[in-house]
Amino acid sequence: MTWQRETFKKIKQIPREEHVLPGTALCAGCGGLEALRLAAKVLGDDVVYVNAAGCFTMLAAYPFTPFKGSWLYTTMGSAPAGAQGVRDALDVLIAKGRLPKEEDLKVVVLGGDGSTYDMALSSTSGAITRKLDFYYFCYDNEAYGNTGAQLSPATPYGARTTTSPCSLQHPSGTTQEKKDIFEIWRAHKPPYIATVAPRYPLDLEEKFARAAKFTGPKLFLALSACPTGWLYDPGETPEVAKLAVETGLWPLKEAINGEVTHTYIPKRKPVEEYLKLQGRFRHLFEPTRQDDAIRHIQARVDEYWQQVKG
Amino acid sequence: MEGEMMTGNLAAAWGARLAGVDYVPAFPITPQTEIVEALAKWCENGAMAARFVTMDSEHSMMTAAGAAAATGARVFTATSSQGLLYAIEVLYSISGWRVPLVLVNVSRALAAPITLEPDHNDVLASRDCGFLQIHAETCQEVLDSILMAYRIAEDERVMLPVIVNLDGFYLSFTREPVIIPDPEQVKLFLPPFRPAHLGFKASAPHALGVAVLGGTPYSYFRHQMHLAAMNALDVHREAAAAFEQLFGRPYDVVEGYRLEDAEDVLVMTNAFASKGKGAVDVARAEGKRVGLLRLRMIRPWPADAICHALQGRRAVAVLDQNLSPGQGGILFQEIAACLYHEALRPRALCSFIGGLGGKNISEGELRAIFEQTAEAGIRGKGIGPVLLYTEAEHREMVQLQVLAAGSRAES
Repeated sequence: MTWQRETFKKIKQIPREEHVLPGTALCAGCGGLEALRLAAKVLGDDVVYVNAAGCFTMLAAYPFTPFKGSWLYTTMGSAPAGAQGVRDALDVLIAKGRLPKEEDLKVVVLGGDGSTYDMALSSTSGAITRKLDFYYFCYDNEAYGNTGAQLSPATPYGARTTTSPCSLQHPSGTTQEKKDIFEIWRAHKPPYIATVAPRYPLDLEEKFARAAKFTGPKLFLALSACPTGWLYDPGETPEVAKLAVETGLWPLKEAINGEVTHTYIPKRKPVEEYLKLQGRFRHLFEPTRQDDAIRHIQARVDEYWQQVKG
Repeated sequence: MEGEMMTGNLAAAWGARLAGVDYVPAFPITPQTEIVEALAKWCENGAMAARFVTMDSEHSMMTAAGAAAATGARVFTATSSQGLLYAIEVLYSISGWRVPLVLVNVSRALAAPITLEPDHNDVLASRDCGFLQIHAETCQEVLDSILMAYRIAEDERVMLPVIVNLDGFYLSFTREPVIIPDPEQVKLFLPPFRPAHLGFKASAPHALGVAVLGGTPYSYFRHQMHLAAMNALDVHREAAAAFEQLFGRPYDVVEGYRLEDAEDVLVMTNAFASKGKGAVDVARAEGKRVGLLRLRMIRPWPADAICHALQGRRAVAVLDQNLSPGQGGILFQEIAACLYHEALRPRALCSFIGGLGGKNISEGELRAIFEQTAEAGIRGKGIGPVLLYTEAEHREMVQLQVLAAGSRAES
């Protein structure tokens, strides 16, 4: 059964109103910010963003914020716990009649992959287990981006970062495999999880619209193509984000109460087309082509989609 | 005997209950756990109209506590030792958010070696985090200090969180008679929490904890915290006056014990100060003119009250139940610093370190402290840091080392 979009069928249905205003200190071509901009079109303004340390920290730099909603910067390891405190307090204040119901807010955690995959894993696990009613938005640029692209557990096989440089011992960059945070989240059985990519706006908007129907943890993993970390021209962000999906490297999917549906089945271009665009993979092609590494990456993708087809 | 017999931990729980808190994020740790157990029960059976949530760590617990207070709820939580240190990153954030809440710390020495028994390295590790600190001597004072802490924290001139500290075991598990204040009178003392500048809501969005670019705004906001902390001295005085009027128990930022004509003064904090007072009585009975100054408020540092109490004395001894390795007693340094500009400063300052990891401080040791302090005063030259550690104790230690070495010791 193919996945059907119900709310967002045409691009014109995406609201024109902006909720994340331009002029932030983030890098030109930030794929994560584009994903957030699109997400906010469904989330709206009645939101409190609970931020973890990461690139998005620079969104709110005194005295400016790009949001019409609220913001609380917490720590790198405990933004979901901050969301717990805000959500619980809103509930208590509303129940005690100290806050009118119409003042209620959606609580949205913002975390990069460094926070999400490692440091905040404990507090995220806790929040999901406690069935906290919140959104988690992970902008995954596959490295510690705000500090200049160091290896994170989200960094994929073969990528070069400043702390996984190429060397004679490791000619292909990092040999770690990207941690599967989607499956870690899914093991907790939250009502809604989805991966999104900003180059697929209808898929993204539809997922935020669908998530809104669920009470409890709603977790999003957003592909965040990163010109400064992945080393490509900022203007190429849409193309890089598109190829991540079209090669099958970034599957678009959702899991409702643990049941997975792939929301888009790509025809699967060779991974090479995606890798070639980015400086972080250039060593796989120059000065000598590392066929083994490229084949390894392709084989992992093929394996994944084989499994999907069952 | 007036009051109900209860532990320091239960007195702390009663403080939170009477303060009418809205929210209690919790995480267990010895010797604090009894506090959150009592609160869990009361939240469950309706005795308290608060939401109780067990978090996944103290780091998460403090984040939830601060975030809930930032949203406008009155928040209480408690921890100890390793838990306090695990949360310390968040303590700095919470005070920077300028949100009032009360955290009870049940003092316990820090690993390594790991132990459950008390000293003050845990709470003093959070000395510079922007939380105000009140250290209690008795179970009654624990309860009363929590009520006062909310009033001070929530005052518009302060808007900073407060740690109320009590000693693990010696106070947390010791039963003393405690008078539970009348809830209606507590309401007169502690008005409902309706912060003017806090709260996340749709009609009035705001951003908290934002980044600053450069040292100028950073310095500005940090200095604001300092000024607010200093305001807490006046606010404490007002709160103490109101508290005494309603409940008849007086509190000050420091407590003087038999100081009137004392030549030499011993400075202590927390529950062991009761031992110190006992030693003062013994020494007084022998005709020695000694007294004790108990520091109750550690942050803000009540420099004027301390100078007023210690000026003109022959000698002052500071008994630190903490150790800054490579330096000595933490509070000794602060006492010395604030007496430096005093024209009538004591002729000698002596530094003693004792009670580490819950080690008892005996009458004999306190007697020795008074003797050595008097000698230092006559000599005009202080001593220390001196570790309270007797020969008998060391013989026990050597025996343990022999056991640990096992057959290797015999070969």
